[in-house]
Amino acid sequence: MPKVKLPRKSTAIDMTPMVDVAFLLLTFFMLTTKFKPNDPVTIVTPSSISTKLLPESNIAMILIGKDGRVFFDLDNKFKKQQLMSDFNSQYHLGLTKDQINSYAIGGPVGVPIKMLPQLLNVPADQRNAFPQPGIPIDSANNELDQWIKYTLNVNNGNPNLQFVIKADDNTKYEVVKQVLKTLKANHLNKLHLVTNLKPIPPGTAAWREQQAASGGANASTNKQQ
Amino acid sequence: MADVEMKEPGGGRHQGTKSKKLSTRIDMTPMVDVAFLLITFFMLTTTLQKPKTMNLYLPEDVKNPEEQNKVKESQALTIILGKNHQVYYYYGTGQEPNERMYKTTFANKGGIRDVIINKWNSVIKNSGGRDSLVAIIKPMNDAAYEDVVNMLDEMNINGVQKYALVDSIYDFERNLMNQADQNPVPDPTLSGQ
Repeated sequence: MPKVKLPRKSTAIDMTPMVDVAFLLLTFFMLTTKFKPNDPVTIVTPSSISTKLLPESNIAMILIGKDGRVFFDLDNKFKKQQLMSDFNSQYHLGLTKDQINSYAIGGPVGVPIKMLPQLLNVPADQRNAFPQPGIPIDSANNELDQWIKYTLNVNNGNPNLQFVIKADDNTKYEVVKQVLKTLKANHLNKLHLVTNLKPIPPGTAAWREQQAASGGANASTNKQQ
Repeated sequence: MADVEMKEPGGGRHQGTKSKKLSTRIDMTPMVDVAFLLITFFMLTTTLQKPKTMNLYLPEDVKNPEEQNKVKESQALTIILGKNHQVYYYYGTGQEPNERMYKTTFANKGGIRDVIINKWNSVIKNSGGRDSLVAIIKPMNDAAYEDVVNMLDEMNINGVQKYALVDSIYDFERNLMNQADQNPVPDPTLSGQ
């Protein structure tokens, strides 16, 4: 009996379609990505049914960790620069231009004003390792009030400036209360609270409203057809 | 010297120099490797869900208490947020002395939501649709921020337009809370459900 010889097939496969898909995904992720903010505290935000997006620009953010430490940040680098040079001249901090720039490119800070030179000596990318005690907010020494006043000053009456509070699930209300009080003292009554999205529980008023809205939209499209 | 092979330029075939046809296929494996590495990187670092925000409007401080809007006892529901996600509530604003405080939770069924819906319906029924429910939310100092946001969210969920975040907790409210802790009584208005 002659031996049946199976033809040896090449193990190489055509990878082109896979490469196509891979690059498609890569492009998608590169375009849609927005890096996780590098916060000095981990904050797990509570959930709400609100679908309003966080404003893209002109925001002043107050972060409150679950241990009650308060941090402050602006989204605009130039405003941050201006804010820090105002602090520098007002409090005689003796900051160099480099330190002010380093503040502007860095993330949220949470130290008493007197400690700012010490903190800004640390390069911006290593600043999260620096132990920050939080901005003092007690009524005897409310430095958060100063941060807010200077922020309002450098924005000189910009009506689009929005104050955003990002606090942790387990933050005690006591701290939040003090922050709200400080904002209220500066006549900042319209605030945004950062939340995660959660689904609307069925059977409630908001749920019926949503159903009516989507039902109404369907009805109108049906009419057009 | 014999090792060195020299090709003589004139030595080959002269007619029709055929260049060897190279395959256009290249090995894509390294490229795929890099592509998937990058995909993994972007997938892990990306935050697909943009953060959402909830609006909070704080009332302007009023110096003169008489300028404040008066809330009818019959339309008010006062909710106190305690520690460990405890919810206490009573009907009215505490102007009448015979208040009874009840204790509940954030549970979807039989929690504070049912209380709000129930009170909402009874306010509309009793006033013939003229009054609406006014909720007063008083978080204690050791209440978690999560509870405060959940409570505000509960207002949005149930379509309560009038609500206020109030800081001051009266002594009688503390007493009532202690009472509710020691011997909790079920809310009689909820028994119909």
